[in-house]
Amino acid sequence: MPFTEEVRARLDADADAIIGQYPGARSALLPLLHLVQAEEGYVSLDGVDYCAEKLGLTKTEVTGVVSFYTMYKREPAGEYSVGVCTNAVCAVLGGDQIYADVKEHLGFTGGNGPGQETAHHGAAPTTPDGKVTLERIECNAACDYAPVMMVNWEYFDNQTPQSAKQLVDDLRAGQPVRPTRGPSRLCTWREASRILAGFNDDQATDGPAAGTASLAGLRIAKEHDWSAPVPGGQS
Amino acid sequence: MTDTLTPVLTAYWDEPDIFTLEGYRRTGGYQALPKALAMTRRDVITAVKDSGLRGRGGAGFPTGVKWGFLPEGDTKPHYLVVNADESEPGACKDMPLIMANPHVLIEGSIIASYAIGASHAFIYIRGEVLHVIRRLRHAVEEAYEAGLLGKDILGSGFDLEIIVHAGAGAYICGEETALLDSLEGKRGLPRNKPPFPAVAGVYALPTNVNNVESIASAPAIILNGAEWFAGIGTEKSKGYGMFSLSGHVTTPGQYEAPLGTTLRQLLDVGGGIRAGHQLKFWTAGGSSAGILTDEHLDMPMDFESVAAAGSGLGTRSVQVFDETTCVVRVMLRWMEFYQHESCGKCTPCREGTYWLVRLIERLERGQGTDGDIDKVLDICDNIVGRAFCALGDSVGPPLTSAVKYFRDEFLRHQKEGGCPFDPAASTLFGGSGGKAPRSKEIES
Repeated sequence: MPFTEEVRARLDADADAIIGQYPGARSALLPLLHLVQAEEGYVSLDGVDYCAEKLGLTKTEVTGVVSFYTMYKREPAGEYSVGVCTNAVCAVLGGDQIYADVKEHLGFTGGNGPGQETAHHGAAPTTPDGKVTLERIECNAACDYAPVMMVNWEYFDNQTPQSAKQLVDDLRAGQPVRPTRGPSRLCTWREASRILAGFNDDQATDGPAAGTASLAGLRIAKEHDWSAPVPGGQS
Repeated sequence: MTDTLTPVLTAYWDEPDIFTLEGYRRTGGYQALPKALAMTRRDVITAVKDSGLRGRGGAGFPTGVKWGFLPEGDTKPHYLVVNADESEPGACKDMPLIMANPHVLIEGSIIASYAIGASHAFIYIRGEVLHVIRRLRHAVEEAYEAGLLGKDILGSGFDLEIIVHAGAGAYICGEETALLDSLEGKRGLPRNKPPFPAVAGVYALPTNVNNVESIASAPAIILNGAEWFAGIGTEKSKGYGMFSLSGHVTTPGQYEAPLGTTLRQLLDVGGGIRAGHQLKFWTAGGSSAGILTDEHLDMPMDFESVAAAGSGLGTRSVQVFDETTCVVRVMLRWMEFYQHESCGKCTPCREGTYWLVRLIERLERGQGTDGDIDKVLDICDNIVGRAFCALGDSVGPPLTSAVKYFRDEFLRHQKEGGCPFDPAASTLFGGSGGKAPRSKEIES
């Protein structure tokens, strides 16, 4: 069903702001797709139509872009997208076991092997309450915090099977959960998509500047009184 | 003698508000900018050239030379594109850098844009890092409010708009021409070169694409001088860089050190391999370069030495695996990654990665044949050098090096009808999980 007048008016205001930033209008396509995903939780055919119309593209051109990028969901999914990194470092340090344990804990069956049930190798399962979608994810640039999980693309570092099961239980029960390096309040999937479209919430200054691993070298340097040479100095 | 660790980019990450304008200014931030704006564009480029800074995104091309490729005195708009699509397995430096200190990237972006005559800069950041994106956007807003972005920056007459552009999940967009297509709202497919981005980049206009850490290195070079930077590191790999230590180590994390630092030095300061275990294999430059073993512990991690060892310095993504780790399993994960991330444009990469995954899966299950290993090497040989872009070229080195150092381990899977390793033994919380680890037998 096409967007209502009211929805369209709201989308138009945001879309025009996004498009206006770019020297070339089509550059706005990725953010616009995040925007329609924020509206519906996934990129529907209506969402595709909307983006095509705004940018003067064909539906085929837009669909070709949607299908290329894994962050766009093609069908409705859970309020929380829970990803377990199973690329090499995380998998070996425990990501494989975490994924298997969480999957069992949530009662998901079928397709066990590596490469199954990723966003890219098949549908990621969602709990019947519509809260949690579970998927395998690729390296998320936090290898020094392995094993890593992401919920709606916020960092949940240094996970164990126990902490991971607790995390999905809390998400399903509506208990507040807090990313290890991130905001005080976890966004829903739609809220997260809106940030990706270009509209920050008010949580940018929440959380630490850097986590423990990020500071490892600095801490050791300070212990040894090591530093970069002083400009123009002797050493 | 330079100290073992030389924090510059990471020096103030322990300040809780370093990500704000106030925090960054308190630690000396935005002092390079007026200095750069008072220099001529050519002098800024010369300073970066003289510093010897080489691209920190993997390829190691001299940054100042790249800046110098953009035409001078033409009437076309120029663009700066910062590649913040960090997605290489093992790479984890740019995201913490932006999370902790987004303003150093903004200051560097203004300096670089000034040097290449750009009035628009795009920061193309991978989408899967919500809080990093929040921090970066917030910092850009602060910079606008402070007159550090927009019209007539610091009264210099120089104008710059910075646009933070979130990607949508595609490793290939780290390849600079695929990134440009993606930035134009298309599928992220690599382009034929030439024309190079300096001639025809985004919107077919002169464009300079640089990695986050390269751009973030510019303020310190301008402020402290090219000689200062060039005095750190080795003769051909100058300066410092972030080494990202992950895997089976006591203290994983970011270590900012002179180029040429060895793994032994990093392990010595960081407490070594996790207790009770030994180094088996590791990477210096992420998954896209050949793996290394304990014979490379004293190899200087500079561009030349790592290349001479048959690998690559890449993004200094030091992934360390101990003797509990199955090398075939690690290869399978990396190949699944490349298969998924192959954009499909060229046949060697698209088809080759597909078949590599199937062959290695079979080998890992212990159902491979003697010919499978040779077939794997043959496929690698048919991808590398024949693929359209660097993604395809990245597929071969990890596999060929794994076979070179651990061929027997591939064969053991077949002999024993399955993987001889206990995956529980390699986890951080594991224990032996039922199946006894057999690490002694497979020690390299």
